[in-house]
Amino acid sequence: MKPFDSFGNKSTSDHWIRFFFNVFFFALLLIRVSYAGVEYHEFKQPEQEQQYKTLIKELRCLVCQNQTIADSNADLAKDLRQQVYEMLLQGKNRKQIVDYMLARYGDFVLYRPPLKGKTMLLWAGPIIFLFLGLLMLFLYIRKKRANEPEGLNQQQHEKISQLLEQDND
Amino acid sequence: MLKYLTPLFLFIILAVFLGIGLKLNPKDIPSPLIGRPVPEFNLPILSMSEKKLSPSSLKGRVWLLNVWASWCVSCRAEHPIVNQLAKKNVVTIIGLNYKDEPENAKRWLSMLGDPYNASIVDYDGRTGIDFGVYGVPETFIIDKQGIIRHKHTGPITEDDLENSILPIINKLEKESIQ
Repeated sequence: MKPFDSFGNKSTSDHWIRFFFNVFFFALLLIRVSYAGVEYHEFKQPEQEQQYKTLIKELRCLVCQNQTIADSNADLAKDLRQQVYEMLLQGKNRKQIVDYMLARYGDFVLYRPPLKGKTMLLWAGPIIFLFLGLLMLFLYIRKKRANEPEGLNQQQHEKISQLLEQDND
Repeated sequence: MLKYLTPLFLFIILAVFLGIGLKLNPKDIPSPLIGRPVPEFNLPILSMSEKKLSPSSLKGRVWLLNVWASWCVSCRAEHPIVNQLAKKNVVTIIGLNYKDEPENAKRWLSMLGDPYNASIVDYDGRTGIDFGVYGVPETFIIDKQGIIRHKHTGPITEDDLENSILPIINKLEKESIQ
């Protein structure tokens, strides 16, 4: 079919082209979504799904270290999500899954570091620095106060008012 | 005087901390597997897929597990060093072909040389997870009892080979089997 008929009107084939174009674009959108998102997982119970979602937000992707496995698109993150999903389906609880990851990747796999001797500075650091800051502020203010010139005494005040009155005359 | 020196001292302390931070390798995460038995696996061998290999058949010797893949650029950089180690003939080297297409893996070995006594195929990366693999290449040294004694993350350099890998192998070779 020709794109235009003899009268210059658009032929039906043009509509078809537009239709396919739209479908193509819509399909493109779908592809993008499936790339950016997390895989589709089916759960029998909603609690399991909830558990899955919290767990993948608490585990670190060790390839891209400042992302959780929920955020990351790295291959390893995908594998670990799959692992978490399968273990949940097998009826493993949260602790069992976390222990499984800890045994293989160490404490670093936890996005929230555990409170241990080694991580003490990490946890106590902000409090220590806050305390130090408050201490410095306190010392500074006290020093400022001590250096402030003392006010005038009673006699001096009287002298000033006398002088002012003389001036007024 | 103290008033002027204090900021200087604070700066020096900060600079020392930042300097240490610069020298640390964020990719070098201590593995909880060191001192533990090697994870169980039973995987097909790349060159003869009908045969399988498991750690029990390696008991009694010091062996090295080198995680590699044909898609991994750093593995290509590391490969001459592994070849060099194989030539010394001091240790059994097992390759873990991680999440790779066997065809690509075979081509890669025929092109760059095959230093491995055997390469095992971890197609879906399950064994990789058991070994806590997060950045290929990685190398584990396993002693005669089947205990993981050392892990090296990232490509082995000539320096690593001479100063850490070989001394550890020598030390482990001297240990007797209980």
